[in-house]
Amino acid sequence: MCSRAQDRSRHATEASGVKVVILGCGRVGSTIASSMAREGHDVTIIDQNPDSFRRLASDFSGKTLIGNGIDEDTLRRADVEHADAFVAVTNGDNRNIMSVQIAKVRFRVPKVIARIYDPIRARAYAGLGIETVCTTCVGAGLIRDKVLGREFSGLDEYARLGIGVEQMNAEECGE
Amino acid sequence: MSRTSPMYVIIVGAGKVGYYLAKELIQEGHEVLVMEKDRKIAETLADELGDIVMHADGCEMRSMTEAGMGRANVVVAVTGDDEDNLVICQMAKRQFGVERTIARVNDPKNEALFRELGIDQTVSSTRIIFNLIEQQIETGQVIPLAALKKGEIEVVEADITPDSPVMGMRIGQIDLPPNTLIISVIRDDHALLPHADTKLREGDSVIAMIKSEREKELRAIFSGSSA
Repeated sequence: MCSRAQDRSRHATEASGVKVVILGCGRVGSTIASSMAREGHDVTIIDQNPDSFRRLASDFSGKTLIGNGIDEDTLRRADVEHADAFVAVTNGDNRNIMSVQIAKVRFRVPKVIARIYDPIRARAYAGLGIETVCTTCVGAGLIRDKVLGREFSGLDEYARLGIGVEQMNAEECGE
Repeated sequence: MSRTSPMYVIIVGAGKVGYYLAKELIQEGHEVLVMEKDRKIAETLADELGDIVMHADGCEMRSMTEAGMGRANVVVAVTGDDEDNLVICQMAKRQFGVERTIARVNDPKNEALFRELGIDQTVSSTRIIFNLIEQQIETGQVIPLAALKKGEIEVVEADITPDSPVMGMRIGQIDLPPNTLIISVIRDDHALLPHADTKLREGDSVIAMIKSEREKELRAIFSGSSA
């Protein structure tokens, strides 16, 4: 089991031929799926709503699957067991958090990444073997840097940016 | 129940489960806070229960802090969405060090997963009702009440009917499967502490603790069927 996971992670670091399962075919999900498929990777994208697959590029060569991403059976049908990476980019933070934990714990996917809007939740779940990308922080940081005419100041700095705001708000609430 | 010392219980989700749970806990003298993210539902409930209802998203750190989650003895997540219940309990545990977290699980398949992910207790009404239906159809006489130690040990109830093979027998005479413990005999709404010479009567409910894999043997002994 362990060696298989190692094999898979080694595989994932290679430049080509990564097997990725993406949950959520919104703007972000469809863009990741379309670009990775174009580069020749093995892509499967899951969404509950079949209409959302229209967002995929017309030359999309990967697989699409209709289903609920927090259901083990759906993930099994997407062959998550053999995936090098699992990415959750639905609109629901909690849905993303839960599905990457299923992928990690149940299917031993070596690399799991969740998009989380809430900076606090993104930080809480990072460091638990789950990679999180807080698009709120990244977007806010990039725009702020543009406004101030700064160079790109780095993802770590952006992550702290989000936490600071939230914590100040929490303190204002009197605790 | 009323003997337990007062606890601070935070309930997230003011659906029917959350509502009745809050009322019961208040009646038992506990301090209760209900968090509900739907404004209308929160306001309706506040009309009845007063300021123990908070209109807030129970997954937001800010609301959790405001709710005083750090001093909660128990956090119960009973929303209709399993992913929300999971995150509420995980955040309560990891960010606030809450000792006991209980999650309602809508999809029974998530019970094992939630426990693996650090939730202390899970309740699946789907599973409970399913078990009741299954057991009733099979024999009608041995009903699982609770699972302990990740399901290795079960607490079951066996009702004594006129055709139970053990009707009229003393507990000491019954050839029970190994590691079976008769915890109590419920007779006329009283819980009796059973002895080896307690004689089983029609209408008794026997509460026993058994290894899960022995449940079928117990069922055969109490109901006579060899399921």
